[in-house]
Amino acid sequence: MKVLVPIKRVIDANIKVRVKADNSGVELNNVKMAMNPFCEIAVEEAIRMREAGTADEVIVVAVGPSQSQETLRTGLAMGADRAILIETDPIPEPLAIAKLLKAVAEKEDPGIIILGKQAIDGDNNQTGQMLAGLLNWSIGSFVSKLSVEGPTVKVTREVDGGLENIELVAPAVITVDLRLNEPRYASLPNIMKAKKKPLDTHTPEELGIDVSPRLEVLRVLEPPGRAAGIRVNSADELVEKLRNEAKVI
Amino acid sequence: MSILVIGEHDNAALRPSTLNVVTAAKALGSDIDVLIAGSDCRGAADEAATIAGITRVLKADDAALLDGLAENMAPLVKSLAGNYSHVLAPATTYGKNLLPRAAAILDVQQISDISGIESEDTFVRPIYAGNAMATVRSNDALKLITVRTTSFEASEFGGGAPVEDISGGINAQLSTFAGEELTRSERPELTTADIIVSGGRGMQSSENFSMLETLADKLGAAVGASRAAVDAGYVPNDYQVGQTGKVVAPNVYIAVGISGAIQHLAGMKDSKIIVAINKDEEAPIFQVADYGWVADLFEAIPQLEATLGSNAS
Ligand SMILES: Cc1cc2nc3c(=O)[nH]c(=O)nc-3n(C[C@H](O)[C@H](O)[C@H](O)COP(=O)(O)OP(=O)(O)OC[C@H]3O[C@@H](n4cnc5c(N)ncnc54)[C@H](O)[C@@H]3O)c2cc1C
Repeated sequence: MKVLVPIKRVIDANIKVRVKADNSGVELNNVKMAMNPFCEIAVEEAIRMREAGTADEVIVVAVGPSQSQETLRTGLAMGADRAILIETDPIPEPLAIAKLLKAVAEKEDPGIIILGKQAIDGDNNQTGQMLAGLLNWSIGSFVSKLSVEGPTVKVTREVDGGLENIELVAPAVITVDLRLNEPRYASLPNIMKAKKKPLDTHTPEELGIDVSPRLEVLRVLEPPGRAAGIRVNSADELVEKLRNEAKVI
Repeated sequence: MSILVIGEHDNAALRPSTLNVVTAAKALGSDIDVLIAGSDCRGAADEAATIAGITRVLKADDAALLDGLAENMAPLVKSLAGNYSHVLAPATTYGKNLLPRAAAILDVQQISDISGIESEDTFVRPIYAGNAMATVRSNDALKLITVRTTSFEASEFGGGAPVEDISGGINAQLSTFAGEELTRSERPELTTADIIVSGGRGMQSSENFSMLETLADKLGAAVGASRAAVDAGYVPNDYQVGQTGKVVAPNVYIAVGISGAIQHLAGMKDSKIIVAINKDEEAPIFQVADYGWVADLFEAIPQLEATLGSNAS
């Protein structure tokens, strides 16, 4: 079985994001970029499936500018077998990404597609669910446990009330949550090896997909700030403030 | 404008998120239908009918809709969407799971997690863990939107809308529900609580977390946690507050042994009052706290309990 793992290049999770002075977006120039943390978990899970013998090939796919090749190389260094870049700049909206991924899935015929549940830039939480809808496949979203048992994919989902178990008919789309696994770091020899692994590039035009945006970003602003308040030094003082100043307890 | 609100419920009763979404719908127009799709869902439908200011409740009662599986729900949403200008769902795990699938099969680019409405086609939403607020205009004729519930007040009850039966979903036979492990608690629910006591890695163990539970019970509060506390297994996953957990906005959020990483702040910085108890005076949580107490939590929490206990309000 092939596993397809769509991955995204985003601002590194540890970087403090700055809004551009002209309010057109956030500053991406000279900012450290990395693989979206949820995508790392998706890649890790796919590699573990191959190591366990449930999968025989792991293909990482990125939709984005040519620099997304770095992200794909990271996936290859972690252990993916080959990579596909769909080159577009800027990165399109989730619906267009899902359409591109559908075209790739139809070519590659994977038994399972594993993605991150959200990307930490747009925080949209859409692509996997959309892809499953377009393919008319089953969806396991926000997954913290996954096992493939023949034609059935068993998942545990993290939901607002706790955990939910769902059995999916394969082929399935899975979006992963943080607690599914702890992604590995690529070793130096594997980083070297990754440079030689195949990476194919396609364009949306080749795949026949229109990626023009449906949403127009009118402006991007700083969120309303919160000023630091005062220090208290005892329980009595805190309770007094909460009762008489803030009047909240 | 006619708006369809996808109601969240457990068949017997409505989930409170629906009330916030109805308020968002009211900012778009006055013709608002609430869809209650489930199985044996009369209880939830009757409750929805009493939300003030809605036009009608559409009740789709079908065994295939029992567990709210997206594969069975999305075609139903698609079949109804043609009658509306907007389809709204809560940005809860239920809405986030369902709505993008419906959007994809309707060929609509969904707008996720809106915190503000500027006009019928223009919305404000947090991006980058709330470090930026984007104003976006949708050029799709139909708008599919998930709503950040803490950004909109809950609508009141007191109405009496008619309940209309509509035909149900299809069973796509792609997935089956196989049980759940819900966290049972007598405490208020995190997303609607007035007071939240939240613990982080500083709690060190699940046994120590019970200190926070005692404190929470004195205050009538809900208990939350940072990702680090959940990852360490001190508390279940549904306690997690943050960018990738729950978004909360109580009157008071008491952060105990939480450093204040941006991903955590993303889920709680709209709280009215923030209290931080942390032994590290440099912890970033103090930059957003209205009341900061630099203290060892193992001394501070028992003192706080004693103070609250001795002069209960
Ligand atoms: C993609 C991604 C998504 C994430 N999503 C979330 C999310 O949704 N929610 C979330 O919370 N995090 C999230 N995180 C993790 C986040 O970055 C932080 O790692 C996490 O919030 C830290 O939790 P913490 O504050 O409990 O732990 P730490 O950062 O370790 O802080 C512990 C604090 O406890 C204090 N402390 C220790 N002992 C005591 C004591 N005895 N008395 C008083 N204070 C004490 C310390 O001074 C310290 O400030 C995410 C990270 C990533 C990469």
